[in-house]
Amino acid sequence: MSGGPHRGRELYVVGTSPVHRLAASAKLVGLVVFTSAVALTPRHAVGAFVVDGVVLAGVIGCARLPLRLVLARLTVIAPFVVAAMLLPFISEGGEQADVAGLSLSVDGSWAAWNIVIKAVLGATASIVLSATTSVPDLLAGLSQLKVPAVLVAIVSFMFRYLDVLIDELHRMRNAMVSRCHDPRWLWQVRPIASSAGALFVRSYERGERLHLAMLSRGYTGSMPLIAEQPTTRRGTMVAIGPGVIALAALITSVVWR
Amino acid sequence: MTRASLKIRGLTFRYPGRPDPVLDGLDIDIAPGERVALLGPNGSGKTTLVHHLNGLLETQSGSISVGDLPVEPRHYAEIRRLVGLVFQDPDDQLFMQTVYDDVAFGPANLGLRGDHRARVVHDALASVHATNLADRTPHHLSGGEKRRAAIATVLAMDPHVLVLDEPTSGLDPLGRRELAELLAGLAQTQIVVSHDLAFALETCPRSVIVDQGRIVADGATHELLANPELLSRHRLELPFGYPAPTGAPQPRSSRHSAQRPDSAV
Repeated sequence: MSGGPHRGRELYVVGTSPVHRLAASAKLVGLVVFTSAVALTPRHAVGAFVVDGVVLAGVIGCARLPLRLVLARLTVIAPFVVAAMLLPFISEGGEQADVAGLSLSVDGSWAAWNIVIKAVLGATASIVLSATTSVPDLLAGLSQLKVPAVLVAIVSFMFRYLDVLIDELHRMRNAMVSRCHDPRWLWQVRPIASSAGALFVRSYERGERLHLAMLSRGYTGSMPLIAEQPTTRRGTMVAIGPGVIALAALITSVVWR
Repeated sequence: MTRASLKIRGLTFRYPGRPDPVLDGLDIDIAPGERVALLGPNGSGKTTLVHHLNGLLETQSGSISVGDLPVEPRHYAEIRRLVGLVFQDPDDQLFMQTVYDDVAFGPANLGLRGDHRARVVHDALASVHATNLADRTPHHLSGGEKRRAAIATVLAMDPHVLVLDEPTSGLDPLGRRELAELLAGLAQTQIVVSHDLAFALETCPRSVIVDQGRIVADGATHELLANPELLSRHRLELPFGYPAPTGAPQPRSSRHSAQRPDSAV
């Protein structure tokens, strides 16, 4: 029950760097500005992407995050990158270029570059946020940014009970495996489907018990805001700095085109 | 004053669509500061009774009062502050991201803010020796730590009556002992719902046995537990090898006396 095996799922990397110390709400705004700027940058503006990359590298250095950790977490976007890599080969029409004996579509290559660079920059920025901000702080930040309390509560409960659910799933799996269940083929899917159903019912019942526990402690329909994190004007300026630089690079690249 | 009396008169409850009542005319009187074990087999109505004590289930017939305050919908807010319920599964009770936030949940609902709330939370954590758990995620706590944190969430609301539903479930022997010592050190009126008879004997001088929604015995714990026929008639049993109590045990009145295991005989 005590969840030892899942500790690795924790995204937050304990630290006291300047990036760690920034208020979560400021970092959230910074992330949105930065990723929006990256997403809006035209694909031919290679210089702007270089600026974005350098700024992001600077933030990672400032947060003292190990590069290995960032790269390891970046593997979540691997499927998108692989899919994008196919574009130069499957794009029809337009200009073709011969590279090492392969005929590649120029337009497809730009499309692939566009997807890959934006995915890498956006995902890396999110990784920096999640590695330098604990979940409670992140939730408090969302509340401060006036995200509807119900949504924040849903996210909060999801984080709190994800591990509990995974533990329950493991116990069910162990119970199945202990009775020589060895699912390999599609027609063996039945026990998995029924355990998913059981998990749903258990979660539903837990939700009901939880609601009783909340009522017992005076809950009247709105979650009280507990973690109050002071946001300073300076902290906000610093946190949106990278986003502003990315925006400037975007505007410069568009104007000078 | 941190303790209140509890009075239950003729409490009857039926779940919709079921012919037999789960609670069938219960009468219980508990004095301020008393520690009472509520014993009974599975399905005897213990948890249903507990959910009546702070208005989670509305009284169908009969009455409950905490001190002078009747448990009625118009008093629910006050009743839920006065009666602290500690649920069986701490994972149901600890729903916030950190133990601190969880303990602060109740006081925040009561409208406490800033330093005042911080002090209340700190005191509640200190009273269950859990100050060091404040920043931890509930999922990463041991069974005993979770139980103590769950009790702190309730103590932070300054309850006058503490109701614990199966508090020893999921605890190892050491956690069980620590819990017994902790309860002995709290001044509130306490109701310990359990089928752990040894724990009841250690913590509660008085016991009430409930079966099929009725009270079948009410008396000194050591006397009830010394009656094997009564116990077996209601599907209760002392742990194997546990001697039937022969006299009144030394009550656990302080942490000091609780540390000597042989003082319980």
